[in-house]
Amino acid sequence: MPQSARSVGLHKQQSRENAMATPNTPLWEVFIRSRNGLAHKHVGSLHASDATMALQAARDIYTRRGEGLSIWVVPSTAITASDPADKGMMFEPAESKIYRHPTFYEVPDEVGHM
Amino acid sequence: MYTQALNTAEADDRGLEDAAKAVQFQARIDGEERIEPNDWMPAAYRKTLTRQISQHAHSEIVGMLPEGNWITRAPTLRRKAALLAKVQDECGHGLYLYAAAETLGTSREELVDAMLAGKAKYSSIFNYPTLTWADIGTIGWLVDGAAIMNQIPLCRCSYGPYARAMIRVCKEESFHQRQGYEIMLTLCRGSDEQKAMAQDALNRWWWPVLMMFGPPDATSQHSDTSTKWKIKRFSNDELRQKFVDATVPQAQYLGLTIPDPGMIQDADGHWRYSEIDWTEFKQVLAGNGPCNRDRLAARRKAHDEGGWVREAAAAYAAKRAQRRTAQAAE
Ligand SMILES: [Fe+2]
Ligand SMILES: [Fe+2]
Ligand SMILES: [Fe+2]
Repeated sequence: MPQSARSVGLHKQQSRENAMATPNTPLWEVFIRSRNGLAHKHVGSLHASDATMALQAARDIYTRRGEGLSIWVVPSTAITASDPADKGMMFEPAESKIYRHPTFYEVPDEVGHM
Repeated sequence: MYTQALNTAEADDRGLEDAAKAVQFQARIDGEERIEPNDWMPAAYRKTLTRQISQHAHSEIVGMLPEGNWITRAPTLRRKAALLAKVQDECGHGLYLYAAAETLGTSREELVDAMLAGKAKYSSIFNYPTLTWADIGTIGWLVDGAAIMNQIPLCRCSYGPYARAMIRVCKEESFHQRQGYEIMLTLCRGSDEQKAMAQDALNRWWWPVLMMFGPPDATSQHSDTSTKWKIKRFSNDELRQKFVDATVPQAQYLGLTIPDPGMIQDADGHWRYSEIDWTEFKQVLAGNGPCNRDRLAARRKAHDEGGWVREAAAAYAAKRAQRRTAQAAE
Protein backbone atom coordinates (compact mmCIF):
# COMPACT_ATOMS: atom_id res chain seq x y z
CA MET A 1 0.00 0.00 0.00
CA PRO A 2 1.42 3.42 -0.84
CA GLN A 3 2.40 5.48 2.15
CA SER A 4 3.13 9.03 3.05
CA ALA A 5 6.86 9.63 2.75
CA ARG A 6 6.91 10.33 6.44
CA SER A 7 6.31 7.92 9.21
CA VAL A 8 2.66 7.15 9.56
CA GLY A 9 2.17 8.57 13.04
CA LEU A 10 3.26 12.07 12.15
CA HIS A 11 0.16 13.46 10.51
CA LYS A 12 -2.30 11.87 12.84
CA GLN A 13 -3.71 14.14 15.47
CA GLN A 14 -1.33 13.60 18.35
CA SER A 15 -2.81 13.18 21.77
CA ARG A 16 -1.31 15.62 24.23
CA GLU A 17 -1.56 15.47 27.97
CA ASN A 18 -0.54 19.10 28.01
CA ALA A 19 -3.46 21.48 27.47
CA MET A 20 -1.06 24.21 26.30
CA ALA A 21 0.36 22.04 23.52
CA THR A 22 1.79 24.00 20.60
CA PRO A 23 -0.36 23.46 17.48
CA ASN A 24 1.40 21.72 14.58
CA THR A 25 2.66 23.83 11.70
CA PRO A 26 2.59 22.11 8.29
CA LEU A 27 5.68 20.22 7.16
CA TRP A 28 7.38 20.85 3.81
CA GLU A 29 10.04 18.93 1.92
CA VAL A 30 12.82 21.04 0.41
CA PHE A 31 14.53 20.36 -2.92
CA ILE A 32 17.49 22.38 -4.19
CA ARG A 33 19.12 22.70 -7.59
CA SER A 34 22.72 23.18 -6.66
CA ARG A 35 24.12 23.99 -10.08
CA ASN A 36 22.83 24.83 -13.49
CA GLY A 37 22.00 21.65 -15.33
CA LEU A 38 21.54 19.49 -12.23
CA ALA A 39 18.22 18.16 -10.95
CA HIS A 40 16.58 19.45 -7.79
CA LYS A 41 17.64 17.19 -4.96
CA HIS A 42 15.92 16.57 -1.65
CA VAL A 43 17.89 18.28 1.12
CA GLY A 44 15.58 18.12 4.11
CA SER A 45 12.38 19.49 5.52
CA LEU A 46 11.00 22.37 7.55
CA HIS A 47 7.81 23.71 9.07
CA ALA A 48 5.96 26.73 7.73
CA SER A 49 2.39 28.00 7.64
CA ASP A 50 2.28 28.54 3.90
CA ALA A 51 4.30 28.12 0.72
CA THR A 52 5.74 31.65 0.73
CA MET A 53 7.07 31.27 4.24
CA ALA A 54 8.32 27.77 3.46
CA LEU A 55 10.31 29.14 0.55
CA GLN A 56 11.81 31.91 2.67
CA ALA A 57 12.68 29.52 5.48
CA ALA A 58 14.23 27.08 3.00
CA ARG A 59 16.42 29.86 1.68
CA ASP A 60 17.53 30.75 5.23
CA ILE A 61 18.08 27.20 6.40
CA TYR A 62 19.41 25.35 3.40
CA THR A 63 21.26 27.92 1.27
CA ARG A 64 23.44 29.88 3.68
CA ARG A 65 26.63 29.00 1.81
CA GLY A 66 25.67 29.24 -1.82
CA GLU A 67 24.24 25.72 -1.96
CA GLY A 68 21.58 26.52 -4.50
CA LEU A 69 20.26 28.30 -7.57
CA SER A 70 16.67 27.23 -7.20
CA ILE A 71 14.42 25.88 -4.46
CA TRP A 72 11.27 23.76 -4.53
CA VAL A 73 9.11 23.32 -1.46
CA VAL A 74 6.47 20.59 -1.47
CA PRO A 75 3.93 19.87 1.27
CA SER A 76 5.08 16.62 2.86
CA THR A 77 1.52 15.34 2.75
CA ALA A 78 1.58 15.63 -1.07
CA ILE A 79 4.25 12.95 -1.37
CA THR A 80 3.18 9.38 -1.94
CA ALA A 81 5.91 6.84 -1.27
CA SER A 82 6.21 3.17 -2.13
CA ASP A 83 5.81 0.81 0.78
CA PRO A 84 9.10 -0.86 1.78
CA ALA A 85 7.12 -4.09 2.15
CA ASP A 86 6.37 -3.95 -1.58
CA LYS A 87 10.05 -3.64 -2.47
CA GLY A 88 10.22 -7.13 -3.92
CA MET A 89 7.12 -6.77 -6.06
CA MET A 90 8.18 -3.32 -7.21
CA PHE A 91 11.83 -3.80 -8.02
CA GLU A 92 12.70 -7.47 -8.31
CA PRO A 93 11.22 -7.91 -11.80
CA ALA A 94 13.98 -5.68 -13.19
CA GLU A 95 16.72 -7.85 -11.70
CA SER A 96 16.13 -10.77 -14.06
CA LYS A 97 16.05 -8.60 -17.17
CA ILE A 98 19.74 -8.58 -17.80
CA TYR A 99 19.13 -8.04 -21.52
CA ARG A 100 18.36 -4.42 -20.66
CA HIS A 101 22.07 -3.87 -20.04
CA PRO A 102 24.66 -3.34 -22.79
CA THR A 103 26.97 -6.00 -21.36
CA PHE A 104 24.39 -8.67 -22.27
CA TYR A 105 25.31 -8.37 -25.93
CA GLU A 106 28.47 -9.77 -27.43
CA VAL A 107 30.42 -7.71 -29.86
CA PRO A 108 33.79 -9.09 -31.13
CA ASP A 109 36.88 -7.26 -29.87
CA GLU A 110 37.92 -6.53 -33.46
CA VAL A 111 34.88 -4.30 -33.85
CA GLY A 112 36.33 -1.96 -31.24
CA HIS A 113 34.52 0.02 -28.61
CA MET A 114 30.80 0.21 -29.03
CA MET B 1 27.00 16.02 19.52
CA TYR B 2 25.32 16.48 22.80
CA THR B 3 23.82 13.05 22.64
CA GLN B 4 26.00 12.36 25.64
CA ALA B 5 24.63 8.89 26.15
CA LEU B 6 22.08 10.43 28.49
CA ASN B 7 19.86 8.16 26.57
CA THR B 8 19.88 4.79 28.10
CA ALA B 9 18.65 2.57 25.31
CA GLU B 10 15.20 1.13 25.66
CA ALA B 11 14.90 -2.38 26.95
CA ASP B 12 14.88 -4.83 24.12
CA ASP B 13 11.25 -5.71 23.53
CA ARG B 14 11.71 -7.91 20.52
CA GLY B 15 9.92 -10.71 22.28
CA LEU B 16 6.66 -8.87 21.66
CA GLU B 17 7.37 -8.23 18.04
CA ASP B 18 7.62 -10.31 14.98
CA ALA B 19 10.78 -12.28 15.65
CA ALA B 20 11.42 -12.84 11.97
CA LYS B 21 11.23 -9.10 11.29
CA ALA B 22 13.65 -8.41 14.11
CA VAL B 23 16.16 -10.88 12.70
CA GLN B 24 15.81 -9.33 9.26
CA PHE B 25 16.21 -5.86 10.76
CA GLN B 26 19.44 -6.79 12.53
CA ALA B 27 20.74 -8.42 9.35
CA ARG B 28 20.18 -5.16 7.50
CA ILE B 29 22.05 -3.26 10.22
CA ASP B 30 24.89 -5.78 10.16
CA GLY B 31 25.05 -5.39 6.39
CA GLU B 32 25.57 -1.62 6.84
CA GLU B 33 22.21 -0.86 5.24
CA ARG B 34 20.48 2.36 6.28
CA ILE B 35 17.09 2.19 7.95
CA GLU B 36 14.57 4.65 6.50
CA PRO B 37 11.44 6.15 8.13
CA ASN B 38 8.89 3.77 6.61
CA ASP B 39 10.95 0.63 7.19
CA TRP B 40 10.00 -1.77 9.94
CA MET B 41 12.04 -1.16 13.09
CA PRO B 42 11.85 -2.43 16.67
CA ALA B 43 9.87 -0.09 18.93
CA ALA B 44 12.92 0.28 21.18
CA TYR B 45 15.06 1.40 18.23
CA ARG B 46 12.48 4.05 17.38
CA LYS B 47 12.23 5.20 20.98
CA THR B 48 15.98 5.31 21.57
CA LEU B 49 16.55 7.32 18.40
CA THR B 50 13.66 9.69 19.01
CA ARG B 51 15.16 10.48 22.38
CA GLN B 52 18.74 10.76 21.18
CA ILE B 53 18.00 12.89 18.11
CA SER B 54 15.60 15.20 19.95
CA GLN B 55 18.11 15.68 22.79
CA HIS B 56 20.67 16.52 20.18
CA ALA B 57 18.25 19.03 18.61
CA HIS B 58 17.44 20.62 21.98
CA SER B 59 21.18 20.94 22.63
CA GLU B 60 21.76 22.82 19.38
CA ILE B 61 18.94 25.24 20.22
CA VAL B 62 19.82 25.76 23.89
CA GLY B 63 23.47 25.95 22.77
CA MET B 64 22.70 29.24 21.02
CA LEU B 65 22.13 30.93 24.38
CA PRO B 66 25.62 30.99 25.94
CA GLU B 67 27.17 32.25 22.71
CA GLY B 68 24.29 34.56 21.83
CA ASN B 69 25.15 36.28 25.08
CA TRP B 70 28.26 37.76 23.42
CA ILE B 71 27.04 38.72 19.95
CA THR B 72 26.42 42.35 20.86
CA ARG B 73 29.71 42.55 22.74
CA ALA B 74 32.06 40.88 20.25
CA PRO B 75 35.29 42.89 20.13
CA THR B 76 35.36 43.53 16.38
CA LEU B 77 32.97 43.45 13.45
CA ARG B 78 34.84 40.41 12.05
CA ARG B 79 34.30 38.49 15.28
CA LYS B 80 30.70 39.61 15.47
CA ALA B 81 29.91 38.45 11.94
CA ALA B 82 31.59 35.09 12.63
CA LEU B 83 29.75 34.56 15.91
CA LEU B 84 26.44 35.53 14.37
CA ALA B 85 27.02 33.07 11.52
CA LYS B 86 27.97 30.33 13.98
CA VAL B 87 24.92 30.83 16.18
CA GLN B 88 22.74 30.89 13.07
CA ASP B 89 24.30 27.56 12.03
CA GLU B 90 23.45 26.06 15.42
CA CYS B 91 19.83 27.08 14.90
CA GLY B 92 19.89 25.32 11.53
CA HIS B 93 21.44 22.23 13.16
CA GLY B 94 18.54 22.18 15.60
CA LEU B 95 16.07 22.30 12.71
CA TYR B 96 17.79 19.53 10.70
CA LEU B 97 17.74 17.37 13.80
CA TYR B 98 14.12 18.04 14.74
CA ALA B 99 13.21 17.14 11.16
CA ALA B 100 15.17 13.87 11.46
CA ALA B 101 13.54 13.08 14.80
CA GLU B 102 10.08 13.76 13.39
CA THR B 103 10.47 11.06 10.75
CA LEU B 104 10.22 8.61 13.65
CA GLY B 105 6.65 9.71 14.30
CA THR B 106 6.70 12.41 16.98
CA SER B 107 5.98 15.97 15.85
CA ARG B 108 8.49 18.76 16.37
CA GLU B 109 5.98 20.68 18.43
CA GLU B 110 5.60 17.76 20.78
CA LEU B 111 9.38 17.40 21.12
CA VAL B 112 9.83 21.12 21.77
CA ASP B 113 6.98 21.16 24.27
CA ALA B 114 8.66 18.31 26.18
CA MET B 115 11.87 20.32 26.34
CA LEU B 116 10.05 23.45 27.50
CA ALA B 117 8.23 21.41 30.12
CA GLY B 118 11.61 20.30 31.45
CA LYS B 119 10.84 16.69 30.54
CA ALA B 120 13.58 16.32 27.92
CA LYS B 121 17.32 16.59 28.41
CA TYR B 122 19.94 18.55 26.52
CA SER B 123 23.71 18.59 26.83
CA SER B 124 25.00 19.49 30.28
CA ILE B 125 27.63 21.79 28.76
CA PHE B 126 25.14 24.56 27.98
CA ASN B 127 24.30 25.00 31.63
CA TYR B 128 27.61 26.77 32.22
CA PRO B 129 27.89 30.56 31.91
CA THR B 130 29.97 32.53 29.39
CA LEU B 131 31.69 35.02 31.66
CA THR B 132 34.30 36.56 29.35
CA TRP B 133 35.07 36.86 25.64
CA ALA B 134 37.62 34.07 26.06
CA ASP B 135 34.71 31.73 26.79
CA ILE B 136 33.53 32.24 23.22
CA GLY B 137 36.95 31.16 21.96
CA THR B 138 36.98 28.19 24.30
CA ILE B 139 33.48 27.07 23.31
CA GLY B 140 34.36 27.07 19.62
CA TRP B 141 37.66 25.33 20.20
CA LEU B 142 36.60 22.75 22.79
CA VAL B 143 32.80 22.44 22.84
CA ASP B 144 32.49 22.38 19.06
CA GLY B 145 35.68 20.30 18.92
CA ALA B 146 34.12 17.70 21.21
CA ALA B 147 30.89 17.91 19.22
CA ILE B 148 32.71 17.20 15.97
CA MET B 149 34.47 14.21 17.55
CA ASN B 150 31.08 12.81 18.48
CA GLN B 151 29.24 13.75 15.30
CA ILE B 152 31.65 12.35 12.73
CA PRO B 153 30.87 8.71 13.57
CA LEU B 154 27.16 9.61 13.66
CA CYS B 155 27.40 10.35 9.92
CA ARG B 156 27.45 6.54 9.58
CA CYS B 157 24.59 5.96 12.01
CA SER B 158 22.21 3.20 10.88
CA TYR B 159 19.23 5.56 10.75
CA GLY B 160 19.28 7.32 7.37
CA PRO B 161 17.68 10.69 8.23
CA TYR B 162 19.96 11.11 11.28
CA ALA B 163 23.09 10.16 9.34
CA ARG B 164 22.22 12.61 6.55
CA ALA B 165 21.51 15.42 9.00
CA MET B 166 24.90 14.74 10.61
CA ILE B 167 26.72 14.97 7.29
CA ARG B 168 25.23 18.42 6.78
CA VAL B 169 26.01 19.46 10.34
CA CYS B 170 29.62 18.24 10.18
CA LYS B 171 30.22 20.19 6.98
CA GLU B 172 29.06 23.40 8.66
CA GLU B 173 30.72 22.62 11.96
CA SER B 174 34.30 22.84 10.76
CA PHE B 175 34.42 26.63 10.78
CA HIS B 176 33.05 26.71 14.32
CA GLN B 177 36.10 25.11 15.85
CA ARG B 178 38.52 27.09 13.71
CA GLN B 179 37.01 30.47 14.59
CA GLY B 180 37.18 29.51 18.28
CA TYR B 181 40.81 28.50 18.07
CA GLU B 182 41.59 31.71 16.22
CA ILE B 183 40.07 33.72 19.08
CA MET B 184 42.23 31.78 21.56
CA LEU B 185 45.34 32.27 19.47
CA THR B 186 44.72 36.01 19.28
CA LEU B 187 44.21 36.24 23.05
CA CYS B 188 47.31 34.13 23.76
CA ARG B 189 49.42 36.36 21.53
CA GLY B 190 47.98 39.46 23.21
CA SER B 191 48.60 41.15 26.55
CA ASP B 192 49.22 39.27 29.79
CA GLU B 193 45.64 40.01 30.82
CA GLN B 194 44.32 38.56 27.58
CA LYS B 195 46.37 35.42 27.97
CA ALA B 196 45.24 35.08 31.58
CA MET B 197 41.66 35.42 30.38
CA ALA B 198 42.23 32.56 27.90
CA GLN B 199 43.75 30.38 30.64
CA ASP B 200 40.89 31.16 33.00
CA ALA B 201 38.33 30.13 30.39
CA LEU B 202 40.19 26.89 29.70
CA ASN B 203 40.32 26.20 33.45
CA ARG B 204 36.57 26.56 33.76
CA TRP B 205 35.56 24.68 30.59
CA TRP B 206 38.02 21.77 30.52
CA TRP B 207 36.26 19.38 32.87
CA PRO B 208 32.69 20.15 31.73
CA VAL B 209 33.85 19.55 28.15
CA LEU B 210 35.25 16.11 29.05
CA MET B 211 31.86 15.32 30.61
CA MET B 212 30.17 16.02 27.26
CA PHE B 213 31.15 12.52 26.13
CA GLY B 214 28.91 11.05 28.80
CA PRO B 215 29.48 8.68 31.71
CA PRO B 216 32.45 6.28 31.67
CA ASP B 217 31.97 3.01 29.79
CA ALA B 218 32.02 0.98 32.98
CA THR B 219 28.82 2.67 34.20
CA SER B 220 26.80 3.04 31.02
CA GLN B 221 25.06 -0.32 30.85
CA HIS B 222 22.86 0.22 27.84
CA SER B 223 25.31 1.32 25.20
CA ASP B 224 25.62 -2.27 23.92
CA THR B 225 22.14 -2.03 22.35
CA SER B 226 23.08 1.25 20.67
CA THR B 227 26.29 -0.36 19.46
CA LYS B 228 24.48 -3.42 18.17
CA TRP B 229 22.10 -1.13 16.26
CA LYS B 230 25.03 0.91 14.94
CA ILE B 231 23.66 4.11 16.39
CA LYS B 232 26.86 4.36 18.37
CA ARG B 233 30.18 3.36 16.81
CA PHE B 234 32.62 4.33 19.54
CA SER B 235 32.26 4.20 23.30
CA ASN B 236 32.16 7.35 25.46
CA ASP B 237 35.66 6.72 26.79
CA GLU B 238 37.09 6.03 23.32
CA LEU B 239 35.75 9.32 21.99
CA ARG B 240 36.86 11.21 25.11
CA GLN B 241 40.40 9.83 24.76
CA LYS B 242 40.52 10.73 21.06
CA PHE B 243 39.44 14.24 21.95
CA VAL B 244 42.02 14.64 24.71
CA ASP B 245 44.81 13.36 22.47
CA ALA B 246 43.84 15.82 19.76
CA THR B 247 43.44 18.75 22.14
CA VAL B 248 46.58 18.61 24.28
CA PRO B 249 48.96 19.61 21.45
CA GLN B 250 46.58 22.43 20.49
CA ALA B 251 46.72 23.76 24.06
CA GLN B 252 50.50 23.45 24.07
CA TYR B 253 50.69 25.49 20.88
CA LEU B 254 48.63 28.21 22.56
CA GLY B 255 50.95 28.07 25.57
CA LEU B 256 48.03 27.22 27.82
CA THR B 257 48.03 24.68 30.64
CA ILE B 258 45.36 21.98 30.82
CA PRO B 259 44.00 22.25 34.36
CA ASP B 260 44.88 18.66 35.22
CA PRO B 261 48.17 18.38 37.14
CA GLY B 262 47.85 14.58 37.13
CA MET B 263 47.79 14.33 33.33
CA ILE B 264 50.57 12.20 31.85
CA GLN B 265 51.43 10.91 28.41
CA ASP B 266 51.62 7.13 28.36
CA ALA B 267 54.05 4.97 26.37
CA ASP B 268 51.61 4.81 23.43
CA GLY B 269 51.41 8.59 23.27
CA HIS B 270 47.92 8.85 24.80
CA TRP B 271 47.31 11.66 27.27
CA ARG B 272 45.85 10.10 30.40
CA TYR B 273 43.59 12.47 32.32
CA SER B 274 42.68 12.33 35.98
CA GLU B 275 39.40 11.14 37.45
CA ILE B 276 36.39 13.18 36.30
CA ASP B 277 34.01 14.54 38.95
CA TRP B 278 30.85 12.70 37.95
CA THR B 279 28.94 14.13 40.89
CA GLU B 280 29.09 17.52 39.21
CA PHE B 281 27.87 15.96 35.96
CA LYS B 282 24.92 14.33 37.70
CA GLN B 283 24.08 17.56 39.49
CA VAL B 284 24.05 19.55 36.26
CA LEU B 285 21.92 16.93 34.52
CA ALA B 286 19.53 16.93 37.45
CA GLY B 287 18.92 20.63 36.86
CA ASN B 288 21.32 22.05 39.41
CA GLY B 289 24.01 23.46 37.13
CA PRO B 290 24.88 27.16 37.23
CA CYS B 291 22.49 28.14 34.39
CA ASN B 292 19.84 25.41 34.07
CA ARG B 293 16.98 27.63 35.20
CA ASP B 294 18.14 30.56 33.07
CA ARG B 295 18.36 28.45 29.94
CA LEU B 296 14.88 26.98 30.29
CA ALA B 297 13.42 30.37 31.17
CA ALA B 298 15.03 31.91 28.07
CA ARG B 299 13.68 29.14 25.81
CA ARG B 300 10.18 29.44 27.30
CA LYS B 301 10.21 33.21 26.91
CA ALA B 302 11.26 32.93 23.25
CA HIS B 303 8.61 30.29 22.59
CA ASP B 304 5.83 32.25 24.29
CA GLU B 305 6.80 35.52 22.64
CA GLY B 306 6.75 33.78 19.25
CA GLY B 307 3.22 32.51 19.88
CA TRP B 308 1.48 35.42 18.18
CA VAL B 309 3.65 34.95 15.08
CA ARG B 310 2.66 31.29 14.79
CA GLU B 311 -0.99 32.18 15.31
CA ALA B 312 -0.94 35.03 12.80
CA ALA B 313 0.83 32.93 10.17
CA ALA B 314 -1.63 30.07 10.63
CA ALA B 315 -4.61 32.46 10.47
CA TYR B 316 -3.26 34.08 7.31
CA ALA B 317 -2.66 30.69 5.65
CA ALA B 318 -6.19 29.59 6.59
CA LYS B 319 -7.70 32.81 5.20
CA ARG B 320 -5.84 32.42 1.91
CA ALA B 321 -6.86 28.77 1.61
CA GLN B 322 -10.48 29.71 2.25
CA ARG B 323 -10.34 32.44 -0.38
CA ARG B 324 -8.92 30.00 -2.91
CA THR B 325 -11.71 27.51 -2.20
CA ALA B 326 -14.31 30.29 -2.57
CA GLN B 327 -12.80 31.45 -5.86
CA ALA B 328 -12.71 27.90 -7.17
CA ALA B 329 -16.42 27.55 -6.35
CA GLU B 330 -17.39 30.72 -8.26
FE1 LIG C 1 26.27 20.12 17.51
FE1 LIG D 1 25.96 22.54 15.93
FE1 LIG E 1 28.82 24.18 16.25
